[in-house]
This record gives sequence, structure tokens and C-alpha cells, in this order.
Amino acid sequence: MAFQQVAITEKAAEVVRKLKEEHGEVIFHQSGGCCDGTAPMLIEKEDMYLDDSDILLGQLEGVNYYMSEDMYDIWKYTHITVDVTEGRGSTFSLEIPLGLRFIIHSRIMTGEEAKSLGLSDNILDKK
Amino acid sequence: MIYSKPKFKEKYGNFINGKFVEPVGGEYFDNYSPIDNSFLAKYPRSKKEDVNNAVAAANAAKDAWEKVSPIEKARLLNKVADIIEENLEEFAVVETADNGKPIRETLNADVPLAADHWRYFAAAIRAEEGSATELDENTVSLIIKEPMGVVAQIIPWNFPLLMLSWKLPPALAAGNTVVLKPAEQTPASATLLMEKIADVFPPGVINIVHGFGPEAGKPLASHAGVDKVAFTGETTTGQLIMQYASKNINPVTMELGGKSPNIFFNSVMDADDEFLDKAIEGAVLFAFNQGEVCTCPSRLLVQEDIYDEFMKRVIDRVNAIKQGNPYDTETQMGAQASKDQFEKIMSYIKIGEEEGGKILTGGKPADVEGEFKNGYYIKPTLIEGHNKMRVFQEEIFGPVLSVTKFKDEADAIEIANDTMYGLGAGVWSRDAHQLYQIPRAIKAGRVWVNNYHAYPAHAPFGGYKKSGFGRETHLMMLDHYRQNKNMLISYDKKKLGFF
Repeated sequence: MAFQQVAITEKAAEVVRKLKEEHGEVIFHQSGGCCDGTAPMLIEKEDMYLDDSDILLGQLEGVNYYMSEDMYDIWKYTHITVDVTEGRGSTFSLEIPLGLRFIIHSRIMTGEEAKSLGLSDNILDKK
Repeated sequence: MIYSKPKFKEKYGNFINGKFVEPVGGEYFDNYSPIDNSFLAKYPRSKKEDVNNAVAAANAAKDAWEKVSPIEKARLLNKVADIIEENLEEFAVVETADNGKPIRETLNADVPLAADHWRYFAAAIRAEEGSATELDENTVSLIIKEPMGVVAQIIPWNFPLLMLSWKLPPALAAGNTVVLKPAEQTPASATLLMEKIADVFPPGVINIVHGFGPEAGKPLASHAGVDKVAFTGETTTGQLIMQYASKNINPVTMELGGKSPNIFFNSVMDADDEFLDKAIEGAVLFAFNQGEVCTCPSRLLVQEDIYDEFMKRVIDRVNAIKQGNPYDTETQMGAQASKDQFEKIMSYIKIGEEEGGKILTGGKPADVEGEFKNGYYIKPTLIEGHNKMRVFQEEIFGPVLSVTKFKDEADAIEIANDTMYGLGAGVWSRDAHQLYQIPRAIKAGRVWVNNYHAYPAHAPFGGYKKSGFGRETHLMMLDHYRQNKNMLISYDKKKLGFF
């Protein structure tokens, strides 16, 4: 299977499947900023106005995972695994009423992985 | 001194139209304390119907509230301030239980600042004047400020009572009625406040609806019966709210966080005096409120020629931070607000190391004893690296300080501005030129000069760039909650001559 920048744990995948059934077409959009930022928000696809400035990183359980381009600039060498934990966000993300919160585990990609996505394999040279 | 845990009722209601009511659907959610993961109370899991009721009550009350004189409005706002002050300890203990922050902070910062904010807008509304201009001999232009009507406010969990006190007073003073949704992590102090001020305002003027973002926040922000939305939180939800507002052609104000640089120039170490001591504290202020502040000074920029000496002092001061029982007045750092926040911060520490960052101190969960083992405690952490690393670019919202050095003024400014955010910044120097010119070059709404983490009323607060727009804690906030009526009056008896 081709390398994708985003992955998901089985626990989180189960939650996504449940929410898809309840809400229909959904997307992940990664947020930044205060309080509950830097976490993926799961929202109804219709809800968010998406355009070229939202970069599609991949698909998880058939759900598109987007990030805004200024954030992508910093994240492009990061491999993201979406997981789920108990918690309360105070955003509009759909898993919140379940007493759960999507979180991210991340690691820097290997040179090989970066190259397979068409990026330079000189990943730590960000200065 | 160690305060006792506050007692809570089994469950609480929404405050709509002057009284506490059960949620229409009868559902509640459990609220826990992050200090020890103990159950506190149940709060309403409100849905669309509850929001509709609250917005309807606010709409029914708005015409009469608009007509209430500034004298009377101010009297009521001052009454709230009095009540908060009279119950200072009770509010402080409840806030500590709900959020996890140390009692030292709630007693000395959160609650007093909250009370003062109600007083500030009581004063501001009394001191206002409109304007009258003679445009020509026969024409007079009057500008009258009118409220918008019903304001929706959605606030975060990091300073629950204080954020409520930044939002409600200006909206009310400007003549609006309000529906406010507290964060679901921290519903307690808003509820306590409404219990104590239930009879102060006419019914429908203040309405509090508890619930989850997607079930209560979304219907509130997108409600056609709302005339303005104010939000403090993160970027994706901020974007969604701006979209909903666009459907209703409603104005909004947003505060969406930051990655604030705290910059120390070499003149700071010219003397080993009180000011240097203050500067060291300034660097360590990333630990205030466990780092859960939108303006957390989370990037430390130190001029390279003082770096080693300065960092030695900073590390010593960080290692001396007293972490422990948040109910103990000696404790300086308490619990993070929730499990997911704890997980997020720990994963950032890991990523910081993976990216080549060096942990100078901390980097692990804190060792806590007894009942606190179930709470969420992290050691204050310093990571040394460079500004392109993720821990330098993203808001971690925890007690993690990313540390780097800079060469000269131009380098400091470049690094400081190399962020998509622009909320706060700190500049420390003894040089008179730098004290003006550096802050002037930084793209942030609040630049602290030789201090940090001060939020006095009458100093405007808000962001540049992706940190949002709108300015709070200043009378200019009144204008964000009003619209201008221009009366253009002619005293000319002669017609125009067109028809």
C-alpha cells in the first residue's frame, strides 16, 4: 500500500465509523491555536467551506483529512496517527458528546517516506 | 493554607429567562475535576431546543434592556462586581476544582480581575458621549450608538470566570441581551455566578446554556435570531463560526490563540539587580496557568551573548516551581485541564525531541502522590531548538517552553514574526531605543514591554493574523457590540430644487 501521511488507530477508526453512520459525510480538519487547537476536528462535510488553501493529506476510513496550507508548511514532514482518548473538547468536533476526543500522535517521516510523497528527503534541514 | 474541596449539588440547570431550568431533552453530562478525576456534578446537555428558548428569551428582553439608562446599567454591573468580591473565596475554590489551576492564582488573579472587569464597563458606559457635528449651516449629523440586539458568546475553559467577565459586561453595557455558552470542561463558575446574581438583571438579559460544541454551540452560533457572535477558542471552530455568521450577515469577533515570543536582549543582564530578577520571572511565566493561556510566552528568544548565563538562571527558577495540591496556597502549578490536554502536551514533548530538540529540564509527567495520581500533572519543560521546529510554531497549550537564541535586533524581529499567529509578545531590555522600536516591529496585538501576563482593564487586548480580530478589555469593545445610527438633520426650510 502506498505511504500516506495520515493513519488511524483501530480505536479511533471505530469511533469514526460510528459517527459516519450518525452524521453522514464527514471530514477531518486539523485545527490550530488556543485551547483545543492542534487536534483534528471531525465535522460534517457540508459545514466547512473548503478550497485550494486546504491541503488533503489522505483518507482515513473513507474520510478526507484536511489541513490549511500555512499549517501544512510546518507539518509536511510529519506522519500523523489519529487516536482517540477520553476527554472534553469545547469545539464543534462530532465525537465530543461521546466523552471522547480525537488526538494526534506524530513522528517525523523517514527520508524514503518523504520522497515517496514527492518531497525532498532532507527532512531535518528546515533552517 | 489548604482549602477544602467545594461541595456541589447533584445537578444544575441552564439559566434562561431569569430562572434555572432543566434541559428540554432531560439529558445531562458529568463534570469532573482534573485535580483528581473526581466527579463534581451534572450539567445540562442542551440541544437546539434549549438554545432556541434562550435566544427567544434574549430577543423578548432586548427592547426594554436597550432603554435602561446608563446610570441603571452601571449600577447593576457594579452590583455583580460587589457580589463577586464578597464571595471571592467561594468563586476561587470552585474555579480551582473545575479547571485545576492553583488556588493561589484564582484568589489573586482570576477572581479579582473578573470583578474589576464588571466595574470597568460600568464606568465606561457612564463616561460615554456621542457626537454632534454641524456639517454646514443647516445640517447637523448626530451619531447615536445603538446595541445590536442579541449577542451569542462562546467561551473557553482556561479562565472560565474571567473569560465570562471579559465577554458579558461590554455586551450588556452596550445594551445587548446575551446568550452565553460556557465551555463544557468548565461549567461550574458561570453557574455559581448566575445563582448569586439571578435577581440582578431583568429576565432574559443574561442567559446561560450549557452543553457540547456540536449540539449547543453550533445552533447558538448559527441562530438567525442572534445579531452578533463572539468566540474565543481555536481556528477551525473560529472559521466555522465566521461561515455561519456570513449566512446571517452577522458581525463576529474572534480570539484564536497564539505562539507568543518572549524576547530578552543582552542589556537585561547588565546588572544583577531586581530588574534581572523580574526578567527571569518573566521568562518563567510560561508556567502560569499551566501554560494554558492563549498568550502563553511559549517561545523564549535570548540574545546569544547572554544565553548561557541567562538560561542557567531560568532553569534554576523553573526547577524551583512548586507543583502539587492545587487547593494549597503554596502551590504554584496545578493540573492540566483534562486528559486530552495532558495527552496532547506529552505528544508535543515527544515530537520536540524527535525533531532534534534538547530537553533542558522537565519533559515528563509530574510525580504526584495519593489522590492526585488520577489527575493530569506535567513537569514544567524547556526544549532548546530553532524556530522552524513544530514546538516553536504550534500552540502546545501546556507548560512547555521552546528556547532559542538570536544574534541581533533584526534576527529577533524576524524570529518573533515567523509565526502564523500574532496575539502576544514580550520584549525585555534596558535600552531606551529598543523599548519602543522592537515592539513596534512585532506583528502582535499585545506587546508587553518589561513585563508579561498583565491584563488590566483599559488596555486593549486582541490579535493580529490568525490570532483573530477585535479588541477586548477596553472600551473599544463596546463598539464591537454596537451599531452606529446616524441622524442627518436638515434645518433648511428651502427645498433641494430637484423635483
